[in-house]
Amino acid sequence: MTVHNLYLFDRNGVCLHYSEWHRKKQAGISKEEEFKLMYGMLFSIRSFVSKMSPLDMKDGFLAFQTSRYKLHYYETPTGIKVVMNTDLGVGPIRDVLHHIYSALYVELVVKNPLCPLGQTVQSELFRSRLDSYIRSLPFFSARAG
Amino acid sequence: MSRQANRGTESKKMSSELFTLTYGALVTQLCKDYENDEDVNKQLDKMGYNIGVRLIEDFLARSNVGKCHDFRETADVIAKVAFKMYLGITPSITNWSPAGDEFSLILENNPLVDFVELPDNHSSLIYSNLLCGVLRGALEMVQMAVEAKFVQDILKGDGVTEIRMRFIRRIEDNLPVGEE
Repeated sequence: MTVHNLYLFDRNGVCLHYSEWHRKKQAGISKEEEFKLMYGMLFSIRSFVSKMSPLDMKDGFLAFQTSRYKLHYYETPTGIKVVMNTDLGVGPIRDVLHHIYSALYVELVVKNPLCPLGQTVQSELFRSRLDSYIRSLPFFSARAG
Repeated sequence: MSRQANRGTESKKMSSELFTLTYGALVTQLCKDYENDEDVNKQLDKMGYNIGVRLIEDFLARSNVGKCHDFRETADVIAKVAFKMYLGITPSITNWSPAGDEFSLILENNPLVDFVELPDNHSSLIYSNLLCGVLRGALEMVQMAVEAKFVQDILKGDGVTEIRMRFIRRIEDNLPVGEE
């Protein structure tokens, strides 16, 4: 079981952070294009999911999976989006994504007046704490699954 | 992340006097810097806005409140959760407009103005205007354009402090503009 990579977007589609741990295949496009593609896709899926829902929506779009990986999604009312790709053995991790938002992004970036919002996070503290947190997750194994 | 496990209502306490005095020092300095009350009011609103856009994230992280479905729900969350969390008071919500797009928050007491008396030469100063900026900034981040203003103020001799909140419009998500 493992975590492949993680994206963090803000409400305007700016990619605030990207980290990867186990990614064997790249997308074949520049990182900038990849972020735009990811954000655009998420935006469309969200509105598709709520439009086509046969019942009242509660949490909205949560995850999708393919035969090789699963993409988990968490969004706050302020439009901050946490996207994590893991392998298929990982169940719902809403609490993990919420923790990344509340204990890492809010604590280390939002509450730091020297960290400007609306652009890629430069904080080394944020990057290293996020890395340690991901590595400490029970479904993360150092050996690529 | 045990560092965060105990974060919550019993988190670090700070003296409220320190908070009130700090705010007072801030307003006094602004009065010296700007010389006229209107400019001070604008600066307080601007500073409040900058606080609000960040405070909303902390609020969402700690309170687990989801998206509000209408302005009434928003009013409830502001008065019962947000004000309680940050200022320790629970204003009451009154005077809803017939269209449901305006309401008033009535504050019996305002921690920002403990020990404060407005001098005569600052009669148009809106001392707590920072709060209006905070409300405006925070709500803008959750897609609501609102106007917040003080309509009654105990500092000016009124019986209560009243903030009037008016919903202007919903701010829609925009897809970022592509380059192609």
